[in-house]
Amino acid sequence: MTDLTAPSGVEAPPPSVGEIFLGFLHLGLIGFGGVLPLAHHMMVEQRRWLTQAEFTDLLGLCQFLPGGNIINMSAAVGMRFRGAPGAVAGICGLIAAPTVIVLALAVVYGRYQDNPYVTHLVGGLAAAAAGLLCAVSVKMLLPLRKRALSLLVVAVCFVAIAVLRWPLLPVMLTLAPVSILLHARFRK
Amino acid sequence: MTATLLALAAIFAELSLLAFGGGNTILPEMQRQVVDVHQWMSAREFTALFALAQAAPGPNMMVVTLVGWRVAGLPGAIVCTLAKFGPCTVLTALLLRIWDRFKQARWRPLVQAGIAPVTVGLVAASAVLITEASNRASWSLYAITALVTLFSLRTRIHPLWLLAGGGLGGLAGVWFV
Repeated sequence: MTDLTAPSGVEAPPPSVGEIFLGFLHLGLIGFGGVLPLAHHMMVEQRRWLTQAEFTDLLGLCQFLPGGNIINMSAAVGMRFRGAPGAVAGICGLIAAPTVIVLALAVVYGRYQDNPYVTHLVGGLAAAAAGLLCAVSVKMLLPLRKRALSLLVVAVCFVAIAVLRWPLLPVMLTLAPVSILLHARFRK
Repeated sequence: MTATLLALAAIFAELSLLAFGGGNTILPEMQRQVVDVHQWMSAREFTALFALAQAAPGPNMMVVTLVGWRVAGLPGAIVCTLAKFGPCTVLTALLLRIWDRFKQARWRPLVQAGIAPVTVGLVAASAVLITEASNRASWSLYAITALVTLFSLRTRIHPLWLLAGGGLGGLAGVWFV
């Protein structure tokens, strides 16, 4: 296993704060939907900031903690090379362009939202965005389909949040420890 | 105004630290807070913002910025963005140094195995709630959701094309519905 805080064995020299910002700025601009495959391409293959093993290790941390993978990844990579300024550069680079773009979209939408064409266009867009979310949940559910215990937890969580509309915090604080204990107790 | 900004900051900082498994898991709670608890907008407006955010590049949680914008203008957008992306990234940066010890611990895969189904349940809840809220206007919109789901599952077509198709389908509704 590689030590994440030590200098890496990658060929390229460690990126500067500016390079970290620009790298993630680029990712934020080109990434639609799934940014992760593009992040892998940029950091491992193109700019060689990280080796494959280092990327996998970092991704493990980012998936383990709350927050989007790529969001956490931008902070982790920046932190690793340049400390706190690098982390700030990473996350700011990642969200700078998307922030400006969504706000521009919102301004345009706000101006024309009463226009029937815009209403219908955004209505269709929302229906399609919902469809993408449905597909993601099916894809996430499939690997669990043969595990009765996991499916039970999925069902309880779904009912609590979608049907009963209970707040997330108490549901999470109860269900996560119970699920962890049950999975630890009944694992194969 | 300050009270609203503080409320937004509190909501999104909490969501930031509860987002195990990424942004899609916290959509139901975001919708509950913004629509039901604080009544800042309708469920349909919320899904319209979600759709706009999905149509823009970048990480998939830019809806946070738009909610802030809609509720409290530019200060709201800035507060929500910082509150949503700050806490989780600070946590990641802090834990980076001890992750080596942490990642080999025997309890780690057990914790992950236990959290995974909770994450899946939350994403499924998001899908159902967002579908229900965005298609409330017309039953025909369910056809778009169903087709996009099917295409996304069965083909490798880029999501952006599916969004574009959905937008055009919705536009066709101007003449047919």
